[in-house]
Amino acid sequence: MFDQWPSLVVAVPLIAAGICAIIRYEFFCWLVSIITSLVSLSGSIFLYLTVKASGDISYKLGGWAPPVGIEYRVDIFACYLLILISLVAIAVLIYGRKLINKEIASHLRGWFYSMYLLCMCGLMGIVITGDAFNAFVFMEISSLSMYTLIALGRDKRALLASYQYLILGTLGATMYVIGVGLLFNVTGTLNLIDLSIKIQPILDTPVIKVAMSFIFAGLSIKIALFPLHFWLPNAYAFAPSVVTTFLAATATKVSIYLLMRYFYTVFGFSFGMSSELIIGIILSCSILAIFVGSFSAIFENNLKRLLAFSSVAQIGYITLGIAIANNAGLTGSMVHIFNHALMKASLFMILGAIAFQIHKDQLTLTDLSGLGKQMPFSMAAMTIAGLSLLGVPGTVGFVTKWYLIQGAMQNGWWWLVVLILVSSLLVLIYLGKIIETVYFKPASNTGIEMNELPGSTFIIILLAVSSCIYLGFDTSLTLGIAEEAVNALVPEG
Amino acid sequence: MINNQIIRILSKILFPFLIIFALYVQFHGDYGPGGGFQAGVVVAAAFVFYALVNGLAKLKEIISEKLLECLVPLGVLIYSGVGVTSWILGGNFLDYSLLDKSDPSHGQHMGVLIIELGVLITVAATMLLIFYSFSGRGRKGDS
Repeated sequence: MFDQWPSLVVAVPLIAAGICAIIRYEFFCWLVSIITSLVSLSGSIFLYLTVKASGDISYKLGGWAPPVGIEYRVDIFACYLLILISLVAIAVLIYGRKLINKEIASHLRGWFYSMYLLCMCGLMGIVITGDAFNAFVFMEISSLSMYTLIALGRDKRALLASYQYLILGTLGATMYVIGVGLLFNVTGTLNLIDLSIKIQPILDTPVIKVAMSFIFAGLSIKIALFPLHFWLPNAYAFAPSVVTTFLAATATKVSIYLLMRYFYTVFGFSFGMSSELIIGIILSCSILAIFVGSFSAIFENNLKRLLAFSSVAQIGYITLGIAIANNAGLTGSMVHIFNHALMKASLFMILGAIAFQIHKDQLTLTDLSGLGKQMPFSMAAMTIAGLSLLGVPGTVGFVTKWYLIQGAMQNGWWWLVVLILVSSLLVLIYLGKIIETVYFKPASNTGIEMNELPGSTFIIILLAVSSCIYLGFDTSLTLGIAEEAVNALVPEG
Repeated sequence: MINNQIIRILSKILFPFLIIFALYVQFHGDYGPGGGFQAGVVVAAAFVFYALVNGLAKLKEIISEKLLECLVPLGVLIYSGVGVTSWILGGNFLDYSLLDKSDPSHGQHMGVLIIELGVLITVAATMLLIFYSFSGRGRKGDS
């Protein structure tokens, strides 16, 4: 039974999604979703332990041997993402039941859970599959369910945001599949490992370069890398808050996973190739993403959009690690995948909780004024999560920046070190704006009857925020897995 | 259009042929081009044709929206059910050969056919649901 885990972690959410869509009773669906994510989480952890003990797992789907059949391939990097996705999925479900009931109309709740599970199935599938086209199929599964989830937002603009994402996301997926098609045309295989071998002798031919560009461009849209990030702020802002939390923590990360998979496993990138054109492009896009994202966040008044722009900037840090192209840099971006998911999920969860409490969908900065006294817990939590975003020592954000700066120094890129430090100051500006409004402005919404914060929401936020600090001090857990993942991805590193 | 006899009678004659053609495409998928996706669309087209001639309300009497909403996930469950069966039989997910232990290739035929049935159900139901929600827009008294 245990050797079936690679298919179980993907198939169980799929089956549960079907069951939820038939029996659309809210509590039942919620329970099924919780159980499903628990199964997936335990499966992911089991896979991690197995891979650590006895090496990579190759699972033949349908009993057909690779490279002809679809292979599910699990290494440490994949386990890292699997654990992240299922962990976020379960945390969001526990955190959000009351919020879902408030934000989503009763006849749509069953469909919501169904789509949520389907999205999870797609994301897990992208991570675990070792087949280029199968990854595309899972990408479509996760994206389509994501568009639906975003469109469930109560604001009318959610539909537009979802449509925008649909157009751009489809464009991205199309480019990805064109790239895969080109690769298939010259190598005759879709299996990633097989591709990486057959591609070696023809790595410098134009076809491979074109394929690489297509895959890079397509995935960049999904990642929301700087010039292609336009879908992200609206999608995050107008989706229901539970969906935003789930999206912000997982969706872009999985695309980054796929990009790294292609770069390092298929195209055989190695450390110290910082002179390559594509690395230069990633480098400039990342730096621009960090600065443009942060500046947009500074001038943004809608809080969810503000955090979304900050996500654009944070994604820049993750891709920056790829561009730095040495062990420390890549470890930095690897650990930031988890750290950013943690910080952003905490922040979006807190925003969702505040919106729940003061009966508002779209929070603006002025809504927060004076809330420091009315909601001491939420605001303290928000400050701590914000400080980790800033990268204050003792929080998870610091760990990332430390590694990125180390990586930049090893390359001798002192200008980059300066830029990373300056970009932290930009975070300080928009964070400072929020903290000032919260603690030093007079209360604007006195007299509004506030909802009680549900106990489960409280506990999950508390756990998330305290792990922001705990994992900042005890880095052995996240950093340990991240380092193993880097070693699995780039063997000579 | 209900009053136009030629169209009404023609639609009655064509309907079974459309379904037969869909089934042909469905089972032909085992040997060549075809399969559940295409067949599902043809099935849906047959019903859409019926609705165009006799009106949406008539079609909804035959296939209600509630039924379709159950059929969409049912197809997915049939598909994944085959996967679960192969788990239970001790193989990998979707390993059809185990469905008939004495003759693996027969098992594979069986597996593919059942899976394509699931695809047919989901695709046809989804197409009809899309048709319902588009053609039902802005009509009075449409539940």
